[in-house]
Amino acid sequence: MLDWSFPPGLWEAIGLTLKLAAVSSLALLAIGIPLAHWLTSSRMRGVIVAETLVSLPIVLPPTVIGFYLLVLMSPGQPVGAAWVHVFGQPLPFSFTGLVIGSIIYSLPFAVQPIQAAFRAVRPEMVQTALALGLTRRQVFWSIILPLSKNGVLAGASLSFAHTMGEFGVVLMLGGNIEGQTRVASIALYDEAQQLHYDTAHAYALVLLAISFLILITIAVLQRRQHRMLLGA
Amino acid sequence: MKTLLLTMLGVLALPARAEPLVVAAASDLTYSIGELADAFRKQAPGVELKTSLGSSGNFFAQIKNGAPFHVFLSADMMYPQRLAAEGAADGATLTTYAIGRLALWTLDPRFDLRQGMAVFRDARLARVAIANPQVAPYGMAARAALQHHGVWDAVSGKLVLGENIAQTAQFVQTGNAQVGVVSYATVLAPRLKGVGSYYLVPQAGLAPIEQGAILTARGKGHPAAARFMQFLHSPTARAILQRHGFGLPPAKHA
Repeated sequence: MLDWSFPPGLWEAIGLTLKLAAVSSLALLAIGIPLAHWLTSSRMRGVIVAETLVSLPIVLPPTVIGFYLLVLMSPGQPVGAAWVHVFGQPLPFSFTGLVIGSIIYSLPFAVQPIQAAFRAVRPEMVQTALALGLTRRQVFWSIILPLSKNGVLAGASLSFAHTMGEFGVVLMLGGNIEGQTRVASIALYDEAQQLHYDTAHAYALVLLAISFLILITIAVLQRRQHRMLLGA
Repeated sequence: MKTLLLTMLGVLALPARAEPLVVAAASDLTYSIGELADAFRKQAPGVELKTSLGSSGNFFAQIKNGAPFHVFLSADMMYPQRLAAEGAADGATLTTYAIGRLALWTLDPRFDLRQGMAVFRDARLARVAIANPQVAPYGMAARAALQHHGVWDAVSGKLVLGENIAQTAQFVQTGNAQVGVVSYATVLAPRLKGVGSYYLVPQAGLAPIEQGAILTARGKGHPAAARFMQFLHSPTARAILQRHGFGLPPAKHA
């Protein structure tokens, strides 16, 4: 049953997948930290709508994201035409296109753990710091963010792992270009379609191993944080 | 109590008595399977017919693993042959029911398809969509046609690969690929007729895209499955397939 071998394209596809996951989760940190902060601290009325939009990709089929991006970004559409005008390259069938799809796809997986960590920071601490004369910005950088380190790490690693397993967005938007958009999940699908179950096994096993490693790292981090909190 | 039990058993037995006939159809039949099904229902009013569309490779794996399909309409001959070799289908029932045709298709008025395959030498082409030659029969045929006309090298760096012929058409339809090599059935589809322009790729020098129909092992036990296989070769079914852009195998005379 487990008769598998490493196909030639495997490491290229795995490398591309890791790169996509890395770039997307870095971008998600840059977007997710301010977004999570705004969502937790804003008293605006519309914040619940924004929060819902952020959570939407959890329930949304990834094919929906891929389909909308494919249609929206087509050169015949205003958004797509504007994109080509500014960046010179159309979004579909490109690595950038996959990164943008992945950012939307993994957004809640980055934002929610960060938001939870921000919420766990005791308000008295923030009040005290403000009373001592720190600006809101200083309070955020020197108190809230360091205290939320584990939540930020969890958000980054969860969005990394979630992007690794992405299939629907790249299927709709990727165009299956070797070295550019053929990520491991698509390559695995191709191998299975070609009845190369042995090479499909290799892809599946490597993906499984990487995902397992990421999740166990998150679990270890969380346990350590828990112990730290208990010790404090 | 006894009556209740009997009623319950009766209800349980109901679906078994009228088991629907389930046909797995390759995605190049997207636009014709509805008409084929309607025509069959007229001939066999007592039979409940259900159809599933998908890629032939997926259906292969599913049928091999016991999926409840009775008839498999593949987009090639290889998948049904493999199923027969593995004992998941009855090799004696394998027939060619249609022959696929390739067409070039564009929505972009800058490209004149009347020049045929020479369009692929146009430097303004950024993206060319074909079905994945590794997994899709139309992709294999598209690659063969591009190679046959000596334009493979010119386009290979511009290719985007659709998972199947329907996705390939979607890349063209959304304007993300300027020209696509799709099935003739696609450009004749009611929703797409008259949209953009197309060019029918000549068959000369190319292997025909023969499409095989086969009864699965499960289908052998279904009373209406053989009837559906016969129906595929009836003048009615052949007329529908032809109208949707398929070539036909020589007529079978009973």
